Amino acid sequence: MRNRKMMLSVKHISKAFDSSQDVILKDISLEVPPAAYFVLLGASAMGKSVVLEIIAGLTAADSGTIILDDSDITNEEIQKRSVGLVFQDNTLFPHMTVFDNIAYALRCHGPGKSQIRERVSKLATDVGVTELLKRKPPTLSGGEAQRVSLARALAAEPKLLLLDEPISSLDVKARAQIRALLRKINARGQTIIHVTHDYTEAVSLATHIAILEDGAIAQTGSVDEIFRRPKSEFVAEFVGIRNFFRGHLNDTDAQGPHSKSFTTDGLCFAVLTEEAAGPGYVMIRSEDVTIASTASPAGQTSARNNFEGAITDIIPAGPGVEIVVDIGKGKSVEIAAMITAESVKKLDLTYGIRVGINFKASAVKFIEQ
Amino acid sequence: MRSLLNTKPQPLSLFFAALGGLVLLFIVAPLMNMFVNCSMPELAETIADNEVRSSIWLTLWTSMGATIFFSVAAVPFAYLLARKNFPLKRLVTSIVDLPMVIPHSAAGIALLAVLSRTAPLGKAAEKMGFSFVNSTAGIMAAMAFVSIPYLINSARDGFAAVPVRLEKAALNLGASPSRVFVSVSVPLAWRSILSGLILMWARGMSEFGAVLIIAYHPMVTPVLIYDRLDLSLKYARPVAVLFISVCLIFFVTLRFLAKQKNDAQR
Repeated sequence: MRNRKMMLSVKHISKAFDSSQDVILKDISLEVPPAAYFVLLGASAMGKSVVLEIIAGLTAADSGTIILDDSDITNEEIQKRSVGLVFQDNTLFPHMTVFDNIAYALRCHGPGKSQIRERVSKLATDVGVTELLKRKPPTLSGGEAQRVSLARALAAEPKLLLLDEPISSLDVKARAQIRALLRKINARGQTIIHVTHDYTEAVSLATHIAILEDGAIAQTGSVDEIFRRPKSEFVAEFVGIRNFFRGHLNDTDAQGPHSKSFTTDGLCFAVLTEEAAGPGYVMIRSEDVTIASTASPAGQTSARNNFEGAITDIIPAGPGVEIVVDIGKGKSVEIAAMITAESVKKLDLTYGIRVGINFKASAVKFIEQ
Repeated sequence: MRSLLNTKPQPLSLFFAALGGLVLLFIVAPLMNMFVNCSMPELAETIADNEVRSSIWLTLWTSMGATIFFSVAAVPFAYLLARKNFPLKRLVTSIVDLPMVIPHSAAGIALLAVLSRTAPLGKAAEKMGFSFVNSTAGIMAAMAFVSIPYLINSARDGFAAVPVRLEKAALNLGASPSRVFVSVSVPLAWRSILSGLILMWARGMSEFGAVLIIAYHPMVTPVLIYDRLDLSLKYARPVAVLFISVCLIFFVTLRFLAKQKNDAQR
């Protein structure tokens, strides 16, 4: 990993507010390979946006260096960085048409009128805004404005595209559309850093994730590594999901249009979802998983997911107790259930005993990838 | 505001409205009186008067010229005041407002001290073949001196209202700072800049004290009115009525055109 050429290397960046000396960022280092979709995940007001502003040159870091494609851009002027930034809120120029917004970067770099028209037309087709070229930004919906913002940023052909919570303020339908568009842009080889507080965005889009905690990087890794092996309590609490499985959503279940099955490591979960079949992750909150004594038959519950396994861990967790059960067949697949201490006592749960595990199909959240 | 209007008028509001009515009467009554007491034959005679016509024309174009000439420096300066913090900024802002608070005759004397033929600026002008004293250049300087705060303040408020993020977005797209200024900041602050330009122009046209001291001749209309008042109120009044009418027509037309342009921009 270290020897591979990186598109972006952020080294030991620190930043404090001028007035209060409150530290926003502490010794941040990031390595972003070419064509990566790098998601910087953190709770609100954790300085995530400041990282992007420093990379884009809108804010100066107190210390550290930024290397983009082998060039030190730490002190480079904003307009010469080749870094595109899409803000969370609409920053389209309200006095220009959509066409002129997209053409803005091209006009700065000086190609001829016909080339500009051609390029804008191609970008507009790519992001699906060809019908909107004559409109003014105040007349656009949130999703449309964000598409135009993406086209405008891409027009400059940046080496690195920075996205600051690009879909957080959109409605559910627009979110899904913009997510698909972002995946398409990344698939063409565009390196992207995407900042968000929403872990589902990270799971859905990222090839690499970094978690920001109190202005420092708490953990970096792949989606699997972050969600399966959170290195700190913060990461575990922040991603918040103990039961996290990668696999494939299938259309094969005949119980109804939204009832699908998800296969992972030799197991099959019933899932209630409107998402289309395909690869992805499922998440099940440990609060939604119930434990039954093997004496009570699984058929008597309305839950469609019923498994059996041995208890591998019993962890007191705040007000309740987390029971970890291995429900794997041949290969270990652990699932956690959060129950009360009274239930532990009532069911007489101890290490190694076999129990039933039940959860409803509606408790399984599928995130496409 | 709407809810206030919809509620039953309170005694206090009625009292304030009555006070407002008195203020309006104080402004409108003398003007109305002047218009009413000016007969049509008098007005027709004044319109036919070459001296009056050329004076009004001179006033219009010198004020317009002064506004355009000084806006080249005033608008970028207003941007600087809106966007940057620098040492002694408060002092600089106060200096900008100074012409609004000093007596305009005093402003004229102060200007004369630097623009007269014996002063350095005056000497430099002489070398270049013109003079500030008793010339259109002097009139324009006097008009600009007293009216430039209106443009700077209005443009500064306009620039301050332009979201910094839009300028940052433009920089991020590869635009140079000067391109950002021309293509983003100025168009978005245009309504305020235009309003400032109109105010500066109008204020320049109405200037009497400072212009009188720098340039009695050629006579701008406020000086001409004063000059004719020396003869009789009868001669001064129709000139005043005509000048006010012309100014109002220009002012209302420009405001209307500015509004149309801004509406079209939305």
